[in-house]
Amino acid sequence: MFGWEFPPHIAGGLGTACEGIVKGLAHNGVETLFVMPSASGDEDQSATTIINASDVAVDTVTETVDEFLDKVKFIHIGSNMVPYADPEEFGRLVEEEKRRQVKDFSISYGQKFKFSGKYGANLMEEVARYAMVGGTIAMQRKDEFDVIHAHDWLCYYAGIAAKELTGKPLVIHVHATSFDRGSVDNIDTRVFAIEQRGMQVADKVVTVSDLTRNIVITRYGIDPAKVVTVHNAVDFSGRENLEVERGVKEPVVTFLGRITYQKGPEYFIEAAAKVLKRTKNVRFVMAGSGDMMNRAIRHAARLGISDRFHFTGFLRGADVQKMFALSDVYIMPSISEPFGISPLEAMRTGVPSIISKQSGAAEVLKYAFKVDFWDVDAIADDIYGLLSYPALAHFSTAMGYDEVNALKWNGACAKLKKVYESVVK
Amino acid sequence: MATKSICLYFQVHQPTRLRLYRFFDIGKDSHYYDDFANRTILRRVAQKCYLPMNQLMLELINANKGKFKIAYSISGSALDQFQRFAPEVIDSFKALAATGRVEFLAETYYHSLASLGSDSEFKQQVAKHAAKIEELFGVKPTAFRNTELIYDNSIGKIVYEMGYKTMLTEGARHIMGWQSPNFVYTSATQPRLKLLLRNYTLSDDIAFRFAQNKVTAEQYVGWLKENAKDGDIVNLFMDYETFGEHQGAETGIFDFMKALPAAVLKDGTFGFATPSEVVKKYKPVSDIDVEDTISWADEERDVTAWLGNELQSEAFKKVYAMKEKLAIVNDPDLYEDWGHLQESDHFYYMCTKFFSDGEVHKYFNPYDTPYEAFINYMNVISDFQIRLDEKRAALD
Repeated sequence: MFGWEFPPHIAGGLGTACEGIVKGLAHNGVETLFVMPSASGDEDQSATTIINASDVAVDTVTETVDEFLDKVKFIHIGSNMVPYADPEEFGRLVEEEKRRQVKDFSISYGQKFKFSGKYGANLMEEVARYAMVGGTIAMQRKDEFDVIHAHDWLCYYAGIAAKELTGKPLVIHVHATSFDRGSVDNIDTRVFAIEQRGMQVADKVVTVSDLTRNIVITRYGIDPAKVVTVHNAVDFSGRENLEVERGVKEPVVTFLGRITYQKGPEYFIEAAAKVLKRTKNVRFVMAGSGDMMNRAIRHAARLGISDRFHFTGFLRGADVQKMFALSDVYIMPSISEPFGISPLEAMRTGVPSIISKQSGAAEVLKYAFKVDFWDVDAIADDIYGLLSYPALAHFSTAMGYDEVNALKWNGACAKLKKVYESVVK
Repeated sequence: MATKSICLYFQVHQPTRLRLYRFFDIGKDSHYYDDFANRTILRRVAQKCYLPMNQLMLELINANKGKFKIAYSISGSALDQFQRFAPEVIDSFKALAATGRVEFLAETYYHSLASLGSDSEFKQQVAKHAAKIEELFGVKPTAFRNTELIYDNSIGKIVYEMGYKTMLTEGARHIMGWQSPNFVYTSATQPRLKLLLRNYTLSDDIAFRFAQNKVTAEQYVGWLKENAKDGDIVNLFMDYETFGEHQGAETGIFDFMKALPAAVLKDGTFGFATPSEVVKKYKPVSDIDVEDTISWADEERDVTAWLGNELQSEAFKKVYAMKEKLAIVNDPDLYEDWGHLQESDHFYYMCTKFFSDGEVHKYFNPYDTPYEAFINYMNVISDFQIRLDEKRAALD
């Protein structure tokens, strides 16, 4: 299995999903070898064996000093890669990291260390390099596995290389597509090409929702018979619900996630303004950061609701749990969401959720409130209803809690196991 | 005997900077200020500017036997911080006051934009400031300068109603037209209110361009003479922090100031006069009509540095919307916080005019972006509103 990250060091949701998958597979009697570009050694290996691609020498490449340095750089930046990032965003992230590092370096070594400044443009090369390393690992361990499983586009080349070298069947797992990162007429064609090639070469394509399955079939032109939906689940084991002291008395309606076009932040703001026209006894929080954040702040100011509409900026670890615990209604008005794990987290914390019909999660959550992302009136209605009619909130909280606890990786992975069985001859 | 006058006025102000105040703090923690930053910055500026400059001014006043005179306006926010973090600065201002050659001007206590937000709050803050000045320095201010020299016809009217017959403002090009700032003017709507207009060219030659000008006191006297050929006065109004802080000691700005009084007096064209003396000495030549509010800030000389974008307008509206409830509750702690939250600096930090005057703005701004400033401010406002509502509810 080729992944990009694995807890505890994760930048996005993909690492968490991968952990759930290997654990669920172990429960179903499937052993996994999990390959990742840069492992730290503190990953939980109870359900899988982690292979650190950074430890593997690539015999297909001549190792000149330059090559070696490139490889060191690659491994170094590998840990900073965000699975859902497109090359442009990746470039920005690397630039930030680089600035930080250069700063750190100049503190300890003066100005001697110079970065080449070409990481951003080289993401494609890194992906290709991961493919080479992946192929090498696959050859070395040829006798230890039956199926190759690759997660998202960053790993597709590695999966393809492994399949071509070993002849074993390939399953690719689509957690997100280019169409969830940009709008239809503004996608990264290079990423699209890798995605499409992965899907074409794969023996089976697993999607996290029917929504994504449709995109794979219609936008990438993949044979429907080859595409299977395995809905995501969530592992709440060992999770205690946080008790937090509330500062504000009013009920809190929360949006938590990247503040980008795809997440529909402006529909939340518009709905908030509508609710505030009816009642002042509510606060809205937009937690997270993103390229639309400043626009969102101006938007709220223009509507004159800034004393009731708060921004937290980017939240880390414990603050995310705290934010859920402080919330009374959760909202995910995404324009396009392959799955969307956050409402599951909210419902598990006892927070009723309003989610857009344009999300994969809407396919599995019976007790979430479902609206069209653009239907601001419906969003406002649901918020107002949940705040004003305690019976509604109690019912959806209790039912939602049971519902998300029943969504187990064990079940999802039983389905995944069937997919494996269908490709192994 | 000199027939013309130089009117020197220095603005002393330090904002009460807010701490990083997060959503999670709302309703839980009502301490809003970054005491560490405020103390650190105040002590630094005291060492670099206030103490050495006050010492120099005292020496110059004594050395020139009463012929060197200056005026200060010190915001209440700055005075509060001096009392807390650097009481020796208060003492040095007291020593200056004792010479009788220093005029202290009235302003809004919190260096606020109250003149644009609420007439009654404006009046209250001016009264509070005047009382504080009298308490500390034993003199009652008779001339008024508004925050950032903000002025328009209606502000002039209120200022006169409060008993001030002299007001300082900007000699903004777009209101002056062909007229020179080097005369006394009157307000168009209140003819008995005299106006002193800043000569921005000569003021900024020191405040902003000293390091690049590298001008000597003698050369500067030449510029003064040239500029005020036909005028009565030259109004040099600037931030006191110009000396040693904005223009570091290494630029020679202290030496320049040290040499200036002697150079001026030796030349004989000019004497020094404080604002209240100037209006007694010279007759007004005309009135000045200011419909749209002016200030001394930026190229535009208007109020868009504080109220130019939707974030600023929103924050401004919210803070003044609480006025009536505050009056009912009448709680001194709430009034004090409300005052600090009105400081113009908080709105300045939300300014998005990065391109024209961005350098100046960034220099004074503790936030990376106007958006951060806005979020932080609104979070504080939210907590303040909760406290206010609770006190109000307790009255019923």
